[in-house]
Amino acid sequence: MASDAQAVEQMAEEGGLVFHPMEQFEIKPLFGGTEIAWYTPTNATLWMGVAILAIIGLLILGTSKRSIIPSRLQSVAELAYGFIYKMVEDICGKEGVKYFPYVMTLFMFIVTANFLGLLPLAFTTTSHIAVTAVMAMLVFLSVTVLGFVLHGASFLGLFWISSAPLALRPILALIEVISYFVRPISHSIRLAGNMMAGHAVIKVFAAFAAIELLSPVPILAITAIYALEVLVAFIQAYVFTILTCVYLKDALHPNH
Amino acid sequence: MATDIQEAGKAVAEVGEAAEKAGMPQLDFSTFPNQIFWLVVTLVVIYLILSRVALPRIGAILAERQGTITNDLAAAEELKAKAVEAEKAYEKALADARAEAQRIAAQTRAEIQAELNEAIARADAEIAAKAAESEKAIAEIRASALESIEAVATETAAEIVSVLGGKPDGIAKAVAERMKG
Repeated sequence: MASDAQAVEQMAEEGGLVFHPMEQFEIKPLFGGTEIAWYTPTNATLWMGVAILAIIGLLILGTSKRSIIPSRLQSVAELAYGFIYKMVEDICGKEGVKYFPYVMTLFMFIVTANFLGLLPLAFTTTSHIAVTAVMAMLVFLSVTVLGFVLHGASFLGLFWISSAPLALRPILALIEVISYFVRPISHSIRLAGNMMAGHAVIKVFAAFAAIELLSPVPILAITAIYALEVLVAFIQAYVFTILTCVYLKDALHPNH
Repeated sequence: MATDIQEAGKAVAEVGEAAEKAGMPQLDFSTFPNQIFWLVVTLVVIYLILSRVALPRIGAILAERQGTITNDLAAAEELKAKAVEAEKAYEKALADARAEAQRIAAQTRAEIQAELNEAIARADAEIAAKAAESEKAIAEIRASALESIEAVATETAAEIVSVLGGKPDGIAKAVAERMKG
């Protein structure tokens, strides 16, 4: 498969087309060199840092006036706060509110990284499975631990559906256990896959735009896909967060 | 923890190189320790920023606004009650004034009526007195006229009798008798 892809790429390059849709996802050291140690500052580091600055800009500088009648930036910050707070409260109930800062951290990081990734020449940190998998595992492990700490062995009641007929319960329990362990995988691949696919498609169209005769079509297509990607950037952050809340609800109320 | 990540990263780095050639930088495991390290740093920083500064501040702003709105609504309710009260007081004052005006008008009317009645009574009395006086005067005039007629008649009769050559005796008696008839 790898050689196929290379062959296609070579053929394309000979025909004047340059396809490098995946090049944008490469991790490169910021200050030269090729070695990437765990501490090397890379483009991923840079854009995570930009995400932190953007979050500070929105949530701290934006609210520095603490006005009763908010400015635009403060309104956005308040909307983000209210949006996630209400989500946590609605899904997890009153007991879930103390985990709100963790959920908010995940949401703010993902939504900011997704939108920053849409800037031209930017690097999309959330398009990497390493990043999303760590966050998904973080959610999975903390929710599982929390479930056992709060409810002890009765947390396993989550897998034993008492409303189902007795004969079906073992089968359902098996399905529930499997789906429980698949959660972090689907949780992480959904986000990384969506971010990667959109950016790759835009890049492919961008390569077609090099053909002068055809160029208006790919440019229109890029515009359309870009609009879609703006939507996807928010929706994927929303989906990741709401699933986190749902998993958290299972840990808080395993018997519902 | 970081060294663990590093070791794990080295272990998967060889697998990752094969994936890198396939064209998916996402599957290049040699970059995983680096990404995971910086992600953890980023998440911790964001968590600290949010939990220490941003979220308490925004929460306070929202609570303060909620408080302001509640207070304003209460104040508006109070003002509305006051307005209703003021309207009631105004209407009451208006009704009182109207009743007072009516009372005064009725009183004035009664006074005028009384004065009028008195004046009419007085006028009636005057008119009656004047009528009585006039009647008396007329009666006197008539009486004096009758007397005068008798005298004139007697005289005239005596003249006529004397002219005719008679004696004027008993004429006065005859005239007086005639006058009675």
